[in-house]
Amino acid sequence: MSVNTVARSFLLTEILKGMALTLKYMFFMPKVTINYPYEKGPLSTRFRGEHALRRYPNGEERCIACKLCEAICPAQAITIEAEPREDGSRRTTRYDIDMTKCIYCGLCQEACPVDAIVEGPNFEFATETREELYYNKDKLLANGDRWEAQIASNLNADAPYR
Amino acid sequence: MFTSEAMMQFWAEYGETFAWQLLHMVVLVGVLLISVAYLVYAERKILGLMQRRQGPMTVGPFGLLQTFADAFKLISKEVVFPTQANKPVFLIAPMLTMTLAVAAWAVIPVSAQLVVANINVGILYLFAISSLGVYGVIMAGWASNSKYAFLGGMRSASQMVSYEVSMGLVIVTVILCTGSMNLSDIVTAERPWWMVILLLPMLVIFLISILAETNRAPFDLPEGESELSGGFLVEYSSIAFVLFFLGEYANMILMSAITTILFLGGWLPPFGLEFLDFLPGLVWFVFKVSLVLFFFIWARATFPRYRYDQLMRLGWKVFLPFSLAWVVIVAGTLIALDAVPN
Repeated sequence: MSVNTVARSFLLTEILKGMALTLKYMFFMPKVTINYPYEKGPLSTRFRGEHALRRYPNGEERCIACKLCEAICPAQAITIEAEPREDGSRRTTRYDIDMTKCIYCGLCQEACPVDAIVEGPNFEFATETREELYYNKDKLLANGDRWEAQIASNLNADAPYR
Repeated sequence: MFTSEAMMQFWAEYGETFAWQLLHMVVLVGVLLISVAYLVYAERKILGLMQRRQGPMTVGPFGLLQTFADAFKLISKEVVFPTQANKPVFLIAPMLTMTLAVAAWAVIPVSAQLVVANINVGILYLFAISSLGVYGVIMAGWASNSKYAFLGGMRSASQMVSYEVSMGLVIVTVILCTGSMNLSDIVTAERPWWMVILLLPMLVIFLISILAETNRAPFDLPEGESELSGGFLVEYSSIAFVLFFLGEYANMILMSAITTILFLGGWLPPFGLEFLDFLPGLVWFVFKVSLVLFFFIWARATFPRYRYDQLMRLGWKVFLPFSLAWVVIVAGTLIALDAVPN
């Protein structure tokens, strides 16, 4: 051992350097975490969260029961049944998504020709029972009504890149 | 043997003193438990800040009540006994740890007047009590009848014994310089500037040794979450775990208080600055203890755990020869300068 090494180990220089670093981190570095339930991090406009079925501004539902989403869904989470409505238009009578099967790949919204099924910005939909995660048409339409403003602005912001 | 008349006389003579001492003890233990709660909070908060996190934020303003929530949760759980455990020993171990950590406070002078028992060999009493602390850990390790716990207990035993040796020598050096084993006298003893410089390396050794003595990071091998999954604590739950936890943190505060008394001038204002006298001694004592406690947490945030052979090497091959040599140097200097107290 050289004199230099001995002096350094006895004067604890490296230990003090390490401690100076942690002290610097404590007082001068910005925090990297947020206080989650009260503060939330930024989300991409392409964020794929909870599903929603959208409506046209006049209140008519967008979905035309083409079943492209059902066909493309790799997890086979979507079940659709359809028949003509009284006015003769083609509509779904049943639109179920099993959220426990869904892998949030976003292929359903890619496949949709009328932007009816979308994955919205909501990611806080944990439930206490499994049954609550079997979404039906009413639940999906309600989601659409609840998140419409944000979904529309997200789609609008992302439109130039599509 | 004890006639009622003799008892009457006893109470008449010592009743007031006894009541006063009892009150003193109850207040001390109460304050100690609250301090432990906030030490745990401070540790989590400071560790969080040093790792650029927030630390506890949810329970109470700035998470100030987090420790109480944790304690309440733990106490409301069931005490689990391993099937092969030695039940009495298994239960006595945490009680012993906690009791010893509190008992040692009897001789700690928190200010010029405030001390439960101002005995003349206070430092020996402290040393004896803190050495007994290892029994709690060994008993827990043995009674749990688990490999992890047993290994943790063994590690703890050898670690505490090793570091006690150099701690003893450090204490001897301080006693040489102050000429008293009474803790209040050690605080008030005259300390010329050259003595401060002589004692500085001893302070460093003492600070590192108390980390090992209280099983704190970077010497927390008895717990060793990553290798021993909790070491001697692995089988403990509920109130028994709380007692161990309280004992460990009360020990940290105790060791900080000993450091304050031996090296940092106890309740006296720092650097002998007279104009700082306007604050009562208790405030300075608490301030200095908090500084040492901050060091504990700071060291935990900074250093990774030592390997076991490194720990033993440091204790026996570095600290022991160094402190032994330093005792001789200090004694020689005292004689050469004709400054041996009394």
